Amino acid sequence: MSERLKPILSHRLFWPLAVLAVMVVANTIYRPGFLAVEVNNGHLYGTPIDILRLSAPLILVGLGMTLVIATGGIDLSVGSICAISGAIACLHISEASDQNSLVTVFTALAMALGAALVLGAWNGVLVSVIGIQPIIATLILMVAGRGLAQLVTEGQIITINSGPYRAIGLGHFLTLPLAIFIALGAALLVAALTRRTALGMIIESVGGNREASRLAGIRSSRMVFLVYVVSAACAAVAGFMMTANVSSADGNNAGLWVELDAILAVVIGGTSLAGGRFYLSGTIVGALIIQTLTTTVYAMNISPQTALLFKAVVVIAVCLIQAPAFRAKFGRRGRGTPPPAAPAQPRQKEEVTA
Amino acid sequence: MTDSRPVLTMTGISKSFPGVRALHNVDFRLYPGEVHALMGENGAGKSTLIKVLTGVYGIDEGTITLGDEQVAFSGPMQASAAGVSTVYQEVNLCPNLSVAENIFIGREPRRLGAVRWGEVRRQARQLLTRLDLDIDVTAPVASYSLAVQQMVAIARAIDVQARVLILDEPTSSLDAGEVAQLFRVMRQLRDEGIAILFVTHFLDQVYGIADRITVLRNGTLVGEYPTAELPQLALVEKMIGKELDVLERIEEQPRRELAAVEGGTPFVAVSELGRKGAVAPFTLNIHAGEVVGLAGLLGSGRTEAARLFFGADRADRGEVAVNGTPTSLRSPIQAIEQGIGFCSENRRAEGIIPDLTVRENMILAMQAARGWLRPIPRRRQDELVEQYIKALSIRPANPDLPVRNLSGGNQQKVLLARWLITEPRLLILDEPTRGIDIGAKAEIQKLVVQLSDGGMAVLFISAELEEVLRLSHKVVVMRDREMVAQLDNDDTVDADRVMQTIASGSQREEANQ
Repeated sequence: MSERLKPILSHRLFWPLAVLAVMVVANTIYRPGFLAVEVNNGHLYGTPIDILRLSAPLILVGLGMTLVIATGGIDLSVGSICAISGAIACLHISEASDQNSLVTVFTALAMALGAALVLGAWNGVLVSVIGIQPIIATLILMVAGRGLAQLVTEGQIITINSGPYRAIGLGHFLTLPLAIFIALGAALLVAALTRRTALGMIIESVGGNREASRLAGIRSSRMVFLVYVVSAACAAVAGFMMTANVSSADGNNAGLWVELDAILAVVIGGTSLAGGRFYLSGTIVGALIIQTLTTTVYAMNISPQTALLFKAVVVIAVCLIQAPAFRAKFGRRGRGTPPPAAPAQPRQKEEVTA
Repeated sequence: MTDSRPVLTMTGISKSFPGVRALHNVDFRLYPGEVHALMGENGAGKSTLIKVLTGVYGIDEGTITLGDEQVAFSGPMQASAAGVSTVYQEVNLCPNLSVAENIFIGREPRRLGAVRWGEVRRQARQLLTRLDLDIDVTAPVASYSLAVQQMVAIARAIDVQARVLILDEPTSSLDAGEVAQLFRVMRQLRDEGIAILFVTHFLDQVYGIADRITVLRNGTLVGEYPTAELPQLALVEKMIGKELDVLERIEEQPRRELAAVEGGTPFVAVSELGRKGAVAPFTLNIHAGEVVGLAGLLGSGRTEAARLFFGADRADRGEVAVNGTPTSLRSPIQAIEQGIGFCSENRRAEGIIPDLTVRENMILAMQAARGWLRPIPRRRQDELVEQYIKALSIRPANPDLPVRNLSGGNQQKVLLARWLITEPRLLILDEPTRGIDIGAKAEIQKLVVQLSDGGMAVLFISAELEEVLRLSHKVVVMRDREMVAQLDNDDTVDADRVMQTIASGSQREEANQ
């Protein structure tokens, strides 16, 4: 192993990116047209573009989830929040006289976002003020939230016909799907908020040792509260995309199991479930891996019954490859390098450009 | 001491971590039936040597021989199965499990796969009796004092038919009586033929119990000496590798004049401040430039009183005035904004953020005070961090290392730096010199003197009376969660008198406030 390669190999994004590359290559071999992108009507079309567009909601949910997990928590309610926010937005639009009016759409978005913030605050209060364990606190809303979404839609699937709203999921901007820009914008915003200010370090500090952080003068409870609100806001925007994709709101199925995919994306990205250090760029790569996997499963005509199993195998492989203990045991460099070899690299820069 | 062959031989041990060379070509021998003290400053490699021995870390070079066999343990469990048991500096027990469960965890006596709980309790009781400890073995470990927990950890270690017992600073949280009790147990085990490796920073304890001494410095072996042939001064010189002028200068320092700093408005004045179940209401003034020593036994309410000063716990009665202005200290951040800093005695649970780097740990309190919207510019961070790494001689001097890779004493210095960076007007130091070596101790004591000369008020808590008397203008004595006396630290006050006050608690009338 040459000295030149070492920093690349030990970079924490190396293995996730390698897995992503392997999947793309495998797809291309199986289906040579996989990487083909064509221009149609001034828009770009093709499988890679689809993967980017479809991973946008997962990236959004993953961003919020990353922050929650960094504080040592977890948010199981994001799927339900997607459904509720989508339902509220669609309900408001469906009741309007002119569904294509920008004012109507923006009012709908604001209402839904507001509701999501309230739900996020509910989670935050349960965890930070009352002190319920995060997995239980958010489980409440995960279950109850589906009921809440049904209540909003009155058990029906609300179908709308609104051009501006559909654009959130299917629209284009500068030849690329608008959803990509929304996810990218959110990622840049969260990255700037956490890495250009001291917020990121403070969140990592709270996740690393909450009591010690409090004694260092950090308002730990307030930080914990905040991340659940941010997570709910991210989930709301993801909910808009999901419902806009199909121009309808289904309280039962919108955002179903997205929380699990989001947690996976965060873990694949290198953030520990124990809290502490978090990596936004890692989460984004993790989300792309998961979406590529889903697309691959469809493209390879793997039957839906076995698709989940296939997905599970790949995810286990990714997690194992990344685990330092596993690599030390089976890797070529198995000299038992100690795990805490955290690369102290200019993290800030990558997060922002990712 | 027997003159048989060593039970344990370590030869040419080297171990490096990213950015740190922890051990370099170290030899170490341990004979059956001896107490062998391993001495050295913080970061000298004592803990690393122990962890290498017990398999917590792999070794880069060198061999370990136990009995006649060469061994390389893959972890503490395997080591203890082979007869090498360790009791660590920070008690490693499961606080929510019972005493008996903790002693037998992982090796409960079983019948047909089911744990025989009656047998567990009976054996646990038996073991503790051997240590002269009569406690309820079904109560959770957390309900006992640190000292008792330490004894439980030792009981757990000696149960495993130990040939080698490693005690890594077992006495740092024990009071004098408990230390004597521990020593009695150690002598008993030694006479049974167990080899005891003993790490401590208390020199008098080394001379009280150790048969031989091995000294490490900066990860290398300085030498191995019979205790009788190594006078105390020579030992300290071998440990820190330089003349003892720093320490001596502090020793020679005249008593500090209370009159010089007292007068005018106190920086912090509390009256009848108290918290139910923690500390009885007390009244205390601290002036700028004044060092107030808080003396008392473990559990006497020293820490509890200090926490009220910092808002770490909320007082449920009493008043606080800062600079003469009535105020309330309801949270740490409020205290920090008033210019108060608090260095907790519990470094691991309440101090360091292990994942974050040395730099981040240092600037944390300052950043918290500024608020997250105003990050400290990177250049300023680097300046501050470099300055304090140098001033406190933190090793290794790498600000980007995760702080958990540092030794305990250096972590303590990082915490001290965290508060010094905030330039507090009152710094509360809760056992800042516990578990750190004599060189660093002298440095910290010197620092306290310097800071107070510069106008900073210091509330200094320590179990070591000598230290309190050396540094303080005023000594406050705590007993049974009550402030029993405030003594002007003049010629009439000495360790005996403070000790008497702690013992009798009857010197209220002599309080000079």
